[in-house]
Amino acid sequence: MLVSNWSQQNKLLKKSTRQGFGDALLALAKNNKNIVVVSADLAESTRVQKFGQKYPERFVEVGVAEQNAMGIAAGLALSGKIPFVASFGVFSPGRNWDQLRVSVCYSKANVKIVSTHTGLAVGEDGASHQALEDIALTRVLPNLTVIAPADYNETVAVTKAIAKHPGPVYLRLARQNSPVFTKINSIFKIGRAEILLRGNDITLIACGPVIYEALLAAHELAKKKIRVEIINCPTIKPLDKKTILRSVKKTKKLITLEDHQKAGGLGSALAEMLSQNYPVKSIIMGVNDTFGESGKPDQLWDKYGLSKKHIVDNIKKLLKK
Amino acid sequence: MKTKNVQKLKQIANQIRQDIIEMLYRAGSGHPAGALGMADIFAVLYFSVLSHTPERPDNPNRDRVVLSNGHICPVLYATLARAGYFPLVKLKTLRKINSDLQGHPHNLDLPGVETSSGPLGQGISQAVGMALAGKMDKAWHHIYCLTSDGEHNEGQLWEAVMTANKYKLNNLTVIVDYNRIQIDGFTKDIMPLASLRNKYLAFGWEVKEVGGNNIRELLRVLPLRKNKPLVIIAHTTPGQGVSFMEDKWQWHGQAPDKDQTAEALAELKTKI
Repeated sequence: MLVSNWSQQNKLLKKSTRQGFGDALLALAKNNKNIVVVSADLAESTRVQKFGQKYPERFVEVGVAEQNAMGIAAGLALSGKIPFVASFGVFSPGRNWDQLRVSVCYSKANVKIVSTHTGLAVGEDGASHQALEDIALTRVLPNLTVIAPADYNETVAVTKAIAKHPGPVYLRLARQNSPVFTKINSIFKIGRAEILLRGNDITLIACGPVIYEALLAAHELAKKKIRVEIINCPTIKPLDKKTILRSVKKTKKLITLEDHQKAGGLGSALAEMLSQNYPVKSIIMGVNDTFGESGKPDQLWDKYGLSKKHIVDNIKKLLKK
Repeated sequence: MKTKNVQKLKQIANQIRQDIIEMLYRAGSGHPAGALGMADIFAVLYFSVLSHTPERPDNPNRDRVVLSNGHICPVLYATLARAGYFPLVKLKTLRKINSDLQGHPHNLDLPGVETSSGPLGQGISQAVGMALAGKMDKAWHHIYCLTSDGEHNEGQLWEAVMTANKYKLNNLTVIVDYNRIQIDGFTKDIMPLASLRNKYLAFGWEVKEVGGNNIRELLRVLPLRKNKPLVIIAHTTPGQGVSFMEDKWQWHGQAPDKDQTAEALAELKTKI
Protein backbone atom coordinates (compact mmCIF):
# COMPACT_ATOMS: atom_id res chain seq x y z
CA MET A 1 0.00 0.00 0.00
CA LEU A 2 1.24 3.44 -0.93
CA VAL A 3 1.64 6.13 1.69
CA SER A 4 -0.79 8.99 1.13
CA ASN A 5 1.84 11.55 0.10
CA TRP A 6 3.73 9.15 -2.16
CA SER A 7 3.92 11.62 -5.05
CA GLN A 8 5.75 14.27 -3.00
CA GLN A 9 9.22 12.98 -3.66
CA ASN A 10 11.03 15.55 -1.54
CA LYS A 11 8.91 14.88 1.53
CA LEU A 12 9.45 11.13 1.59
CA LEU A 13 11.94 9.51 3.89
CA LYS A 14 14.91 8.06 1.98
CA LYS A 15 16.34 4.79 3.21
CA SER A 16 17.94 1.87 1.44
CA THR A 17 16.49 -1.60 1.05
CA ARG A 18 19.75 -3.05 2.42
CA GLN A 19 19.10 -1.11 5.62
CA GLY A 20 15.61 -2.57 5.78
CA PHE A 21 17.15 -6.03 5.60
CA GLY A 22 19.75 -5.30 8.27
CA ASP A 23 17.17 -3.84 10.66
CA ALA A 24 14.67 -6.65 10.13
CA LEU A 25 17.34 -9.31 10.54
CA LEU A 26 18.40 -7.89 13.87
CA ALA A 27 14.81 -7.91 15.09
CA LEU A 28 14.19 -11.47 13.86
CA ALA A 29 17.37 -12.84 15.41
CA LYS A 30 16.18 -11.99 18.88
CA ASN A 31 13.40 -14.57 18.83
CA ASN A 32 14.74 -17.06 16.31
CA LYS A 33 17.97 -18.62 17.53
CA ASN A 34 18.36 -20.58 14.31
CA ILE A 35 19.04 -17.47 12.28
CA VAL A 36 22.74 -17.23 11.45
CA VAL A 37 24.73 -14.99 9.13
CA VAL A 38 27.56 -15.84 6.77
CA SER A 39 29.59 -12.81 5.75
CA ALA A 40 32.33 -12.50 3.15
CA ASP A 41 34.16 -9.41 4.42
CA LEU A 42 31.32 -7.03 3.58
CA ALA A 43 29.49 -6.98 6.89
CA GLU A 44 29.23 -3.21 7.11
CA SER A 45 28.18 -2.73 3.50
CA THR A 46 25.59 -5.50 3.65
CA ARG A 47 24.25 -4.24 6.97
CA VAL A 48 24.88 -7.45 8.90
CA GLN A 49 27.58 -5.89 11.10
CA LYS A 50 25.22 -5.17 13.99
CA PHE A 51 24.00 -8.75 13.91
CA GLY A 52 27.62 -9.85 14.16
CA GLN A 53 28.27 -7.58 17.12
CA LYS A 54 25.15 -8.64 18.97
CA TYR A 55 25.26 -12.35 18.14
CA PRO A 56 28.93 -13.22 17.50
CA GLU A 57 28.27 -16.93 18.17
CA ARG A 58 25.85 -16.97 15.23
CA PHE A 59 27.99 -14.91 12.89
CA VAL A 60 30.41 -16.64 10.53
CA GLU A 61 33.00 -14.46 8.81
CA VAL A 62 34.74 -16.32 5.98
CA GLY A 63 36.73 -13.48 4.47
CA VAL A 64 36.78 -12.69 0.76
CA ALA A 65 35.61 -16.14 -0.30
CA GLU A 66 32.09 -16.19 -1.69
CA GLN A 67 32.15 -19.76 -2.99
CA ASN A 68 33.07 -20.99 0.45
CA ALA A 69 30.45 -18.70 2.01
CA MET A 70 27.71 -20.33 -0.05
CA GLY A 71 28.94 -23.83 0.75
CA ILE A 72 29.17 -23.12 4.48
CA ALA A 73 25.67 -21.69 4.38
CA ALA A 74 24.48 -24.93 2.76
CA GLY A 75 26.14 -26.98 5.52
CA LEU A 76 24.58 -24.81 8.22
CA ALA A 77 21.15 -25.12 6.60
CA LEU A 78 21.45 -28.90 6.28
CA SER A 79 22.09 -28.88 10.05
CA GLY A 80 18.87 -26.99 10.80
CA LYS A 81 20.11 -23.39 10.81
CA ILE A 82 18.60 -20.56 8.77
CA PRO A 83 21.67 -18.93 7.24
CA PHE A 84 21.57 -15.54 5.54
CA VAL A 85 24.60 -15.25 3.29
CA ALA A 86 25.18 -11.59 2.53
CA SER A 87 27.33 -10.10 -0.21
CA PHE A 88 27.13 -8.06 -3.43
CA GLY A 89 25.27 -9.36 -6.47
CA VAL A 90 28.36 -9.53 -8.65
CA PHE A 91 29.98 -11.89 -6.13
CA SER A 92 26.92 -13.75 -4.91
CA PRO A 93 25.37 -15.20 -7.07
CA GLY A 94 27.91 -13.85 -9.59
CA ARG A 95 30.94 -15.71 -8.36
CA ASN A 96 29.35 -18.63 -6.53
CA TRP A 97 26.59 -19.68 -8.89
CA ASP A 98 27.79 -23.29 -9.08
CA GLN A 99 27.71 -23.52 -5.28
CA LEU A 100 24.25 -21.93 -5.27
CA ARG A 101 23.10 -24.42 -7.88
CA VAL A 102 24.45 -27.68 -6.42
CA SER A 103 25.16 -27.12 -2.71
CA VAL A 104 22.02 -25.07 -2.11
CA CYS A 105 19.25 -25.38 -4.72
CA TYR A 106 19.67 -29.05 -5.72
CA SER A 107 19.77 -30.00 -2.02
CA LYS A 108 16.89 -27.62 -1.17
CA ALA A 109 19.09 -26.20 1.57
CA ASN A 110 17.25 -23.49 3.50
CA VAL A 111 19.69 -20.69 2.63
CA LYS A 112 18.74 -17.05 2.14
CA ILE A 113 21.06 -15.41 -0.38
CA VAL A 114 21.06 -11.65 0.12
CA SER A 115 22.69 -9.32 -2.39
CA THR A 116 22.68 -5.77 -1.13
CA HIS A 117 24.36 -4.17 -4.15
CA THR A 118 22.58 -4.65 -7.45
CA GLY A 119 21.72 -2.67 -10.56
CA LEU A 120 23.18 0.44 -12.14
CA ALA A 121 22.20 2.21 -8.92
CA VAL A 122 25.27 0.73 -7.19
CA GLY A 123 26.63 3.94 -8.69
CA GLU A 124 30.15 5.25 -8.38
CA ASP A 125 31.85 1.85 -8.05
CA GLY A 126 31.12 1.35 -11.72
CA ALA A 127 30.31 -1.49 -14.05
CA SER A 128 32.36 -4.23 -12.37
CA HIS A 129 30.22 -3.85 -9.25
CA GLN A 130 26.84 -3.26 -10.87
CA ALA A 131 25.03 -6.62 -10.90
CA LEU A 132 22.76 -6.51 -13.94
CA GLU A 133 22.52 -10.26 -14.44
CA ASP A 134 21.59 -11.65 -11.04
CA ILE A 135 17.86 -12.09 -11.68
CA ALA A 136 18.69 -14.04 -14.83
CA LEU A 137 21.18 -16.19 -12.93
CA THR A 138 18.82 -17.02 -10.10
CA ARG A 139 15.42 -17.44 -11.68
CA VAL A 140 16.61 -20.35 -13.83
CA LEU A 141 17.43 -22.40 -10.73
CA PRO A 142 14.82 -24.94 -9.57
CA ASN A 143 13.69 -24.69 -5.91
CA LEU A 144 14.87 -21.06 -5.69
CA THR A 145 12.48 -18.19 -4.93
CA VAL A 146 13.54 -14.76 -6.27
CA ILE A 147 12.43 -11.52 -4.63
CA ALA A 148 13.35 -7.87 -5.30
CA PRO A 149 11.55 -5.49 -2.91
CA ALA A 150 10.82 -1.88 -3.80
CA ASP A 151 11.64 0.09 -0.67
CA TYR A 152 12.75 -0.05 2.95
CA ASN A 153 9.38 -0.95 4.43
CA GLU A 154 8.68 -3.68 1.94
CA THR A 155 12.14 -5.13 2.56
CA VAL A 156 11.42 -5.39 6.27
CA ALA A 157 8.25 -7.37 5.49
CA VAL A 158 10.04 -9.53 2.91
CA THR A 159 12.90 -10.35 5.28
CA LYS A 160 10.44 -11.56 7.90
CA ALA A 161 8.55 -13.63 5.32
CA ILE A 162 11.60 -15.38 3.88
CA ALA A 163 12.93 -16.27 7.32
CA LYS A 164 9.73 -18.28 7.82
CA HIS A 165 9.71 -19.74 4.30
CA PRO A 166 11.32 -23.19 4.14
CA GLY A 167 13.66 -23.34 1.16
CA PRO A 168 16.26 -21.25 -0.62
CA VAL A 169 15.47 -17.63 -1.46
CA TYR A 170 17.41 -15.03 -3.42
CA LEU A 171 16.82 -11.52 -2.05
CA ARG A 172 17.82 -8.73 -4.43
CA LEU A 173 18.44 -5.46 -2.61
CA ALA A 174 19.93 -2.07 -3.38
CA ARG A 175 22.65 0.08 -1.93
CA GLN A 176 21.23 3.54 -2.54
CA ASN A 177 18.87 5.47 -0.30
CA SER A 178 15.54 5.62 -2.09
CA PRO A 179 12.07 6.97 -1.31
CA VAL A 180 10.05 5.01 1.24
CA PHE A 181 6.64 5.07 -0.41
CA THR A 182 4.94 1.95 0.96
CA LYS A 183 3.26 1.86 4.35
CA ILE A 184 4.88 0.38 7.41
CA ASN A 185 3.62 -3.13 8.16
CA SER A 186 2.16 -3.63 4.70
CA ILE A 187 1.22 -7.26 4.21
CA PHE A 188 3.69 -9.14 2.06
CA LYS A 189 3.15 -12.64 0.76
CA ILE A 190 5.72 -14.48 -1.29
CA GLY A 191 4.40 -14.85 -4.83
CA ARG A 192 1.95 -11.99 -4.65
CA ALA A 193 2.14 -8.85 -6.78
CA GLU A 194 0.43 -5.70 -5.61
CA ILE A 195 -1.44 -3.08 -7.60
CA LEU A 196 -0.10 0.25 -6.35
CA LEU A 197 -2.10 2.46 -8.72
CA ARG A 198 -5.19 1.44 -10.63
CA GLY A 199 -5.67 2.41 -14.27
CA ASN A 200 -7.32 1.16 -17.45
CA ASP A 201 -5.03 2.41 -20.21
CA ILE A 202 -1.80 0.51 -19.73
CA THR A 203 -0.14 -1.84 -17.24
CA LEU A 204 3.34 -1.17 -15.91
CA ILE A 205 5.00 -3.94 -13.90
CA ALA A 206 8.26 -3.30 -12.07
CA CYS A 207 10.42 -4.53 -9.21
CA GLY A 208 12.99 -2.86 -6.98
CA PRO A 209 13.42 0.82 -6.05
CA VAL A 210 13.33 1.89 -9.73
CA ILE A 211 9.55 1.39 -9.54
CA TYR A 212 9.37 4.82 -7.91
CA GLU A 213 10.31 6.34 -11.30
CA ALA A 214 7.24 4.59 -12.74
CA LEU A 215 5.04 6.04 -10.01
CA LEU A 216 6.32 9.53 -10.85
CA ALA A 217 5.65 8.89 -14.54
CA ALA A 218 2.11 7.72 -13.77
CA HIS A 219 1.54 10.79 -11.62
CA GLU A 220 2.61 13.07 -14.46
CA LEU A 221 0.50 11.23 -17.04
CA ALA A 222 -2.57 11.29 -14.78
CA LYS A 223 -2.64 15.03 -15.33
CA LYS A 224 -3.16 14.25 -19.05
CA LYS A 225 -5.91 11.74 -18.25
CA ILE A 226 -3.71 8.75 -19.01
CA ARG A 227 -4.37 6.11 -16.37
CA VAL A 228 -1.46 3.79 -15.76
CA GLU A 229 -1.93 0.68 -13.67
CA ILE A 230 1.25 0.23 -11.66
CA ILE A 231 1.96 -3.25 -10.33
CA ASN A 232 4.76 -3.87 -7.88
CA CYS A 233 6.03 -7.39 -8.57
CA PRO A 234 8.67 -8.13 -5.91
CA THR A 235 8.43 -11.89 -6.37
CA ILE A 236 9.95 -12.60 -9.76
CA LYS A 237 9.73 -16.31 -9.12
CA PRO A 238 7.07 -17.59 -8.70
CA LEU A 239 5.12 -14.93 -10.60
CA ASP A 240 1.68 -13.83 -9.47
CA LYS A 241 -0.05 -14.94 -12.68
CA LYS A 242 -3.54 -14.10 -11.47
CA THR A 243 -2.92 -10.44 -10.66
CA ILE A 244 -0.82 -9.92 -13.76
CA LEU A 245 -3.23 -11.61 -16.20
CA ARG A 246 -6.21 -9.78 -14.79
CA SER A 247 -4.48 -6.46 -15.36
CA VAL A 248 -3.19 -7.07 -18.88
CA LYS A 249 -6.53 -8.53 -19.97
CA LYS A 250 -8.00 -5.18 -18.97
CA THR A 251 -5.38 -2.84 -20.47
CA LYS A 252 -4.00 -4.99 -23.33
CA LYS A 253 -0.70 -3.13 -23.06
CA LEU A 254 2.33 -3.79 -20.87
CA ILE A 255 5.53 -2.04 -19.92
CA THR A 256 8.03 -3.79 -17.68
CA LEU A 257 10.75 -1.97 -15.77
CA GLU A 258 13.81 -3.13 -13.83
CA ASP A 259 17.37 -2.06 -13.00
CA HIS A 260 18.79 -5.20 -14.64
CA GLN A 261 19.58 -6.46 -18.12
CA LYS A 262 16.54 -6.73 -20.35
CA ALA A 263 17.61 -10.29 -21.07
CA GLY A 264 16.62 -12.77 -18.42
CA GLY A 265 15.08 -10.44 -15.87
CA LEU A 266 11.56 -9.57 -14.73
CA GLY A 267 10.58 -8.45 -18.25
CA SER A 268 11.73 -11.76 -19.67
CA ALA A 269 9.86 -13.69 -17.00
CA LEU A 270 6.67 -11.77 -17.78
CA ALA A 271 7.16 -12.18 -21.54
CA GLU A 272 7.59 -15.93 -21.10
CA MET A 273 4.43 -16.19 -19.05
CA LEU A 274 2.27 -13.86 -21.14
CA SER A 275 3.36 -15.19 -24.53
CA GLN A 276 1.87 -18.54 -23.49
CA ASN A 277 -1.24 -17.18 -21.77
CA TYR A 278 -2.29 -13.80 -23.07
CA PRO A 279 0.14 -12.07 -25.45
CA VAL A 280 -0.09 -8.28 -25.41
CA LYS A 281 1.90 -5.46 -26.96
CA SER A 282 4.83 -4.85 -24.64
CA ILE A 283 7.97 -2.84 -24.06
CA ILE A 284 10.65 -4.30 -21.81
CA MET A 285 12.58 -1.53 -20.07
CA GLY A 286 15.94 -2.47 -18.65
CA VAL A 287 19.62 -2.21 -19.43
CA ASN A 288 20.07 -2.95 -23.11
CA ASP A 289 22.90 -5.51 -23.40
CA THR A 290 25.58 -3.19 -22.14
CA PHE A 291 27.70 -2.71 -19.03
CA GLY A 292 27.15 0.32 -16.82
CA GLU A 293 29.66 2.93 -15.64
CA SER A 294 30.41 5.17 -12.67
CA GLY A 295 27.95 7.91 -11.77
CA LYS A 296 25.11 8.76 -9.43
CA PRO A 297 22.13 6.42 -9.47
CA ASP A 298 19.72 8.97 -10.94
CA GLN A 299 22.26 10.00 -13.58
CA LEU A 300 22.74 6.36 -14.55
CA TRP A 301 19.01 5.63 -14.70
CA ASP A 302 18.64 8.65 -16.91
CA LYS A 303 21.53 7.79 -19.22
CA TYR A 304 20.57 4.12 -19.56
CA GLY A 305 16.88 4.72 -20.15
CA LEU A 306 15.22 3.83 -16.85
CA SER A 307 14.15 7.22 -15.46
CA LYS A 308 10.76 8.90 -15.40
CA LYS A 309 11.09 10.68 -18.73
CA HIS A 310 11.95 7.44 -20.55
CA ILE A 311 8.99 5.73 -18.93
CA VAL A 312 6.65 8.54 -19.97
CA ASP A 313 7.99 8.34 -23.54
CA ASN A 314 7.56 4.60 -23.70
CA ILE A 315 4.03 4.73 -22.34
CA LYS A 316 3.05 7.31 -24.95
CA LYS A 317 4.72 5.26 -27.65
CA LEU A 318 2.93 2.07 -26.69
CA LEU A 319 -0.46 3.78 -26.39
CA LYS A 320 -0.16 4.88 -30.02
CA LYS A 321 0.38 1.30 -31.23
CA MET B 1 26.75 -53.73 13.80
CA LYS B 2 30.12 -52.37 14.86
CA THR B 3 33.27 -54.43 14.67
CA LYS B 4 36.99 -53.99 15.09
CA ASN B 5 37.68 -57.40 13.62
CA VAL B 6 40.13 -56.88 10.76
CA GLN B 7 39.14 -60.04 8.93
CA LYS B 8 35.46 -59.17 9.16
CA LEU B 9 36.09 -55.64 7.84
CA LYS B 10 38.18 -57.03 4.99
CA GLN B 11 35.25 -59.22 4.02
CA ILE B 12 32.86 -56.26 4.10
CA ALA B 13 35.22 -54.19 1.95
CA ASN B 14 35.52 -57.07 -0.49
CA GLN B 15 31.74 -57.39 -0.70
CA ILE B 16 31.47 -53.63 -1.33
CA ARG B 17 34.00 -54.00 -4.15
CA GLN B 18 31.96 -56.77 -5.74
CA ASP B 19 28.86 -54.58 -5.47
CA ILE B 20 30.72 -51.71 -7.15
CA ILE B 21 31.81 -53.89 -10.09
CA GLU B 22 28.30 -55.27 -10.58
CA MET B 23 26.68 -51.84 -10.29
CA LEU B 24 29.02 -50.26 -12.80
CA TYR B 25 28.64 -53.14 -15.23
CA ARG B 26 24.85 -52.83 -15.10
CA ALA B 27 25.03 -49.04 -15.38
CA GLY B 28 27.40 -49.14 -18.35
CA SER B 29 29.21 -46.04 -17.10
CA GLY B 30 30.71 -44.66 -13.90
CA HIS B 31 33.94 -44.39 -11.94
CA PRO B 32 35.47 -47.67 -10.70
CA ALA B 33 39.06 -46.74 -9.74
CA GLY B 34 38.33 -44.27 -6.94
CA ALA B 35 35.35 -46.25 -5.69
CA LEU B 36 37.37 -49.48 -5.39
CA GLY B 37 40.31 -47.67 -3.82
CA MET B 38 38.09 -46.22 -1.09
CA ALA B 39 36.22 -49.42 -0.18
CA ASP B 40 38.39 -50.13 2.88
CA ILE B 41 37.92 -46.63 4.26
CA PHE B 42 34.15 -46.83 3.77
CA ALA B 43 34.02 -50.25 5.42
CA VAL B 44 35.98 -49.07 8.47
CA LEU B 45 34.02 -45.81 8.73
CA TYR B 46 30.51 -47.26 8.50
CA PHE B 47 31.12 -50.58 10.26
CA SER B 48 33.52 -49.52 12.99
CA VAL B 49 33.96 -45.78 13.50
CA LEU B 50 30.78 -43.83 12.86
CA SER B 51 28.13 -43.21 15.43
CA HIS B 52 25.07 -43.60 13.23
CA THR B 53 21.61 -45.15 13.08
CA PRO B 54 20.73 -46.47 9.60
CA GLU B 55 17.14 -47.09 10.70
CA ARG B 56 16.88 -43.43 11.69
CA PRO B 57 19.01 -41.58 9.13
CA ASP B 58 17.90 -38.11 10.25
CA ASN B 59 18.99 -38.66 13.85
CA PRO B 60 20.38 -35.21 14.79
CA ASN B 61 23.15 -36.77 16.87
CA ARG B 62 24.54 -38.84 14.01
CA ASP B 63 28.05 -38.40 12.71
CA ARG B 64 27.95 -36.93 9.20
CA VAL B 65 29.83 -38.14 6.15
CA VAL B 66 30.08 -35.58 3.36
CA LEU B 67 31.24 -37.14 0.10
CA SER B 68 32.84 -34.25 -1.76
CA ASN B 69 34.22 -36.12 -4.77
CA GLY B 70 30.76 -37.35 -5.65
CA HIS B 71 31.78 -39.41 -8.68
CA ILE B 72 32.96 -42.27 -6.44
CA CYS B 73 29.39 -42.64 -5.13
CA PRO B 74 29.05 -46.34 -6.06
CA VAL B 75 31.20 -47.04 -2.98
CA LEU B 76 28.90 -44.83 -0.87
CA TYR B 77 25.74 -46.46 -2.21
CA ALA B 78 27.06 -50.00 -1.75
CA THR B 79 28.24 -49.21 1.78
CA LEU B 80 24.95 -47.57 2.76
CA ALA B 81 23.00 -50.54 1.43
CA ARG B 82 25.27 -53.03 3.23
CA ALA B 83 24.90 -50.95 6.43
CA GLY B 84 21.11 -51.18 6.16
CA TYR B 85 20.09 -47.72 4.96
CA PHE B 86 18.11 -49.12 2.03
CA PRO B 87 17.54 -52.50 0.33
CA LEU B 88 20.43 -54.03 -1.59
CA VAL B 89 18.22 -54.57 -4.61
CA LYS B 90 18.28 -50.82 -5.24
CA LEU B 91 21.96 -51.04 -6.16
CA LYS B 92 20.92 -52.57 -9.49
CA THR B 93 19.33 -49.29 -10.52
CA LEU B 94 22.46 -47.10 -10.45
CA ARG B 95 22.32 -44.42 -13.17
CA LYS B 96 19.03 -45.77 -14.56
CA ILE B 97 15.93 -43.69 -15.26
CA ASN B 98 13.64 -43.20 -12.21
CA SER B 99 16.36 -44.45 -9.85
CA ASP B 100 17.23 -43.03 -6.44
CA LEU B 101 20.86 -43.86 -7.20
CA GLN B 102 21.87 -40.89 -9.31
CA GLY B 103 25.16 -40.80 -11.21
CA HIS B 104 26.30 -38.30 -8.60
CA PRO B 105 24.84 -38.22 -5.07
CA HIS B 106 21.69 -36.29 -4.23
CA ASN B 107 20.73 -35.88 -0.59
CA LEU B 108 17.00 -35.80 -1.25
CA ASP B 109 16.96 -39.16 -3.04
CA LEU B 110 18.56 -41.55 -0.58
CA PRO B 111 18.72 -41.93 3.20
CA GLY B 112 22.28 -41.53 4.47
CA VAL B 113 23.37 -39.19 1.68
CA GLU B 114 24.08 -35.90 3.44
CA THR B 115 24.68 -33.51 0.52
CA SER B 116 24.58 -33.22 -3.24
CA SER B 117 27.94 -33.38 -4.96
CA GLY B 118 29.57 -33.86 -8.31
CA PRO B 119 31.03 -30.50 -9.27
CA LEU B 120 34.29 -30.70 -7.32
CA GLY B 121 35.51 -28.56 -4.45
CA GLN B 122 32.21 -27.99 -2.65
CA GLY B 123 32.22 -30.65 0.06
CA ILE B 124 34.62 -29.26 2.64
CA SER B 125 32.73 -25.96 2.75
CA GLN B 126 29.53 -27.83 3.53
CA ALA B 127 31.32 -29.96 6.09
CA VAL B 128 32.68 -26.77 7.69
CA GLY B 129 29.12 -25.41 7.80
CA MET B 130 27.96 -28.60 9.53
CA ALA B 131 30.87 -28.48 11.97
CA LEU B 132 30.09 -24.83 12.78
CA ALA B 133 26.45 -25.76 13.39
CA GLY B 134 27.66 -28.54 15.69
CA LYS B 135 29.74 -26.03 17.65
CA MET B 136 26.81 -23.59 17.89
CA ASP B 137 24.63 -26.39 19.25
CA LYS B 138 27.41 -27.69 21.53
CA ALA B 139 26.79 -31.07 19.93
CA TRP B 140 29.04 -34.11 20.23
CA HIS B 141 28.75 -35.59 16.77
CA HIS B 142 31.64 -35.56 14.31
CA ILE B 143 31.83 -34.49 10.67
CA TYR B 144 33.84 -36.49 8.15
CA CYS B 145 34.49 -35.12 4.69
CA LEU B 146 35.84 -37.37 1.97
CA THR B 147 37.77 -35.76 -0.84
CA SER B 148 40.56 -36.68 -3.24
CA ASP B 149 43.98 -35.50 -4.31
CA GLY B 150 42.67 -34.35 -7.68
CA GLU B 151 39.95 -32.33 -5.99
CA HIS B 152 42.64 -30.22 -4.36
CA ASN B 153 42.98 -28.41 -7.71
CA GLU B 154 39.82 -26.51 -6.79
CA GLY B 155 40.32 -23.11 -5.13
CA GLN B 156 37.15 -23.26 -3.03
CA LEU B 157 38.55 -26.25 -1.16
CA TRP B 158 41.40 -24.14 0.20
CA GLU B 159 39.00 -21.39 1.22
CA ALA B 160 37.24 -23.98 3.35
CA VAL B 161 40.51 -25.35 4.75
CA MET B 162 41.39 -21.82 5.89
CA THR B 163 38.03 -21.38 7.57
CA ALA B 164 38.24 -24.68 9.48
CA ASN B 165 41.49 -23.47 11.00
CA LYS B 166 40.06 -20.08 11.91
CA TYR B 167 37.20 -21.67 13.84
CA LYS B 168 39.38 -24.47 15.29
CA LEU B 169 36.95 -27.11 14.08
CA ASN B 170 38.15 -30.12 16.03
CA ASN B 171 34.86 -31.84 15.16
CA LEU B 172 35.94 -32.10 11.52
CA THR B 173 38.06 -34.79 9.87
CA VAL B 174 38.91 -34.62 6.19
CA ILE B 175 40.01 -37.83 4.51
CA VAL B 176 41.94 -37.39 1.28
CA ASP B 177 41.85 -40.25 -1.21
CA TYR B 178 45.44 -39.83 -2.34
CA ASN B 179 45.40 -42.19 -5.31
CA ARG B 180 47.64 -40.15 -7.62
CA ILE B 181 45.26 -40.18 -10.59
CA GLN B 182 42.59 -37.91 -11.98
CA ILE B 183 40.40 -38.06 -15.05
CA ASP B 184 42.96 -37.11 -17.70
CA GLY B 185 46.06 -38.72 -16.22
CA PHE B 186 48.38 -38.82 -13.23
CA THR B 187 48.01 -35.90 -10.81
CA LYS B 188 51.77 -35.28 -10.98
CA ASP B 189 51.30 -34.46 -14.68
CA ILE B 190 47.92 -32.70 -14.60
CA MET B 191 48.57 -30.53 -11.53
CA PRO B 192 51.28 -31.57 -9.08
CA LEU B 193 50.27 -31.05 -5.45
CA ALA B 194 53.83 -30.90 -4.12
CA SER B 195 53.63 -31.67 -0.40
CA LEU B 196 50.01 -31.94 0.62
CA ARG B 197 51.15 -32.59 4.18
CA ASN B 198 53.10 -29.33 4.33
CA LYS B 199 50.23 -27.43 2.76
CA TYR B 200 47.79 -28.59 5.43
CA LEU B 201 50.35 -27.97 8.17
CA ALA B 202 50.81 -24.42 6.88
CA PHE B 203 47.03 -23.99 7.07
CA GLY B 204 47.11 -24.94 10.75
CA TRP B 205 45.72 -28.47 10.52
CA GLU B 206 46.74 -31.69 12.23
CA VAL B 207 48.00 -34.13 9.58
CA LYS B 208 48.09 -37.93 9.60
CA GLU B 209 49.19 -40.12 6.74
CA VAL B 210 47.92 -43.64 6.45
CA GLY B 211 47.83 -46.60 4.09
CA GLY B 212 44.32 -46.16 2.75
CA ASN B 213 43.93 -49.84 2.00
CA ASN B 214 45.35 -51.02 5.32
CA ILE B 215 42.41 -51.83 7.58
CA ARG B 216 44.56 -52.15 10.68
CA GLU B 217 46.00 -48.65 10.20
CA LEU B 218 42.59 -47.20 9.34
CA LEU B 219 41.11 -48.62 12.54
CA ARG B 220 43.74 -46.72 14.48
CA VAL B 221 43.64 -43.41 12.63
CA LEU B 222 40.03 -42.78 11.49
CA PRO B 223 38.61 -42.44 15.05
CA LEU B 224 41.32 -39.98 16.15
CA ARG B 225 40.23 -36.72 17.74
CA LYS B 226 42.59 -33.74 17.93
CA ASN B 227 42.26 -30.21 19.24
CA LYS B 228 42.13 -28.81 15.70
CA PRO B 229 40.82 -29.93 12.31
CA LEU B 230 42.39 -33.20 11.23
CA VAL B 231 43.28 -34.28 7.72
CA ILE B 232 44.03 -37.92 7.03
CA ILE B 233 45.99 -38.32 3.84
CA ALA B 234 45.09 -41.85 2.79
CA HIS B 235 47.48 -43.35 0.27
CA THR B 236 45.26 -45.64 -1.74
CA THR B 237 45.62 -47.77 -4.81
CA PRO B 238 43.06 -46.80 -7.41
CA GLY B 239 41.19 -49.91 -8.57
CA GLN B 240 42.39 -51.78 -5.45
CA GLY B 241 41.42 -55.45 -5.49
CA VAL B 242 41.04 -55.76 -9.26
CA SER B 243 44.52 -56.30 -10.69
CA PHE B 244 43.87 -55.04 -14.20
CA MET B 245 42.44 -51.77 -12.85
CA GLU B 246 45.04 -51.05 -10.18
CA ASP B 247 47.02 -47.82 -10.63
CA LYS B 248 45.54 -47.26 -14.10
CA TRP B 249 44.18 -43.73 -14.52
CA GLN B 250 42.30 -45.03 -17.57
CA TRP B 251 39.89 -46.68 -15.09
CA HIS B 252 38.99 -43.38 -13.44
CA GLY B 253 35.79 -43.06 -15.45
CA GLN B 254 35.10 -46.21 -17.42
CA ALA B 255 32.80 -49.14 -16.62
CA PRO B 256 33.94 -52.75 -17.09
CA ASP B 257 32.44 -54.82 -19.92
CA LYS B 258 31.00 -58.31 -19.47
CA ASP B 259 34.31 -60.21 -19.63
CA GLN B 260 36.11 -57.67 -17.47
CA THR B 261 33.29 -57.86 -14.92
CA ALA B 262 33.56 -61.66 -14.76
CA GLU B 263 37.33 -61.44 -14.36
CA ALA B 264 37.09 -58.78 -11.67
CA LEU B 265 34.44 -60.65 -9.66
CA ALA B 266 36.37 -63.93 -9.94
CA GLU B 267 39.48 -62.26 -8.58
CA LEU B 268 37.62 -60.59 -5.71
CA LYS B 269 35.93 -63.86 -4.73
CA THR B 270 39.30 -65.61 -4.38
CA LYS B 271 40.29 -62.99 -1.82
CA ILE B 272 37.57 -63.71 0.72
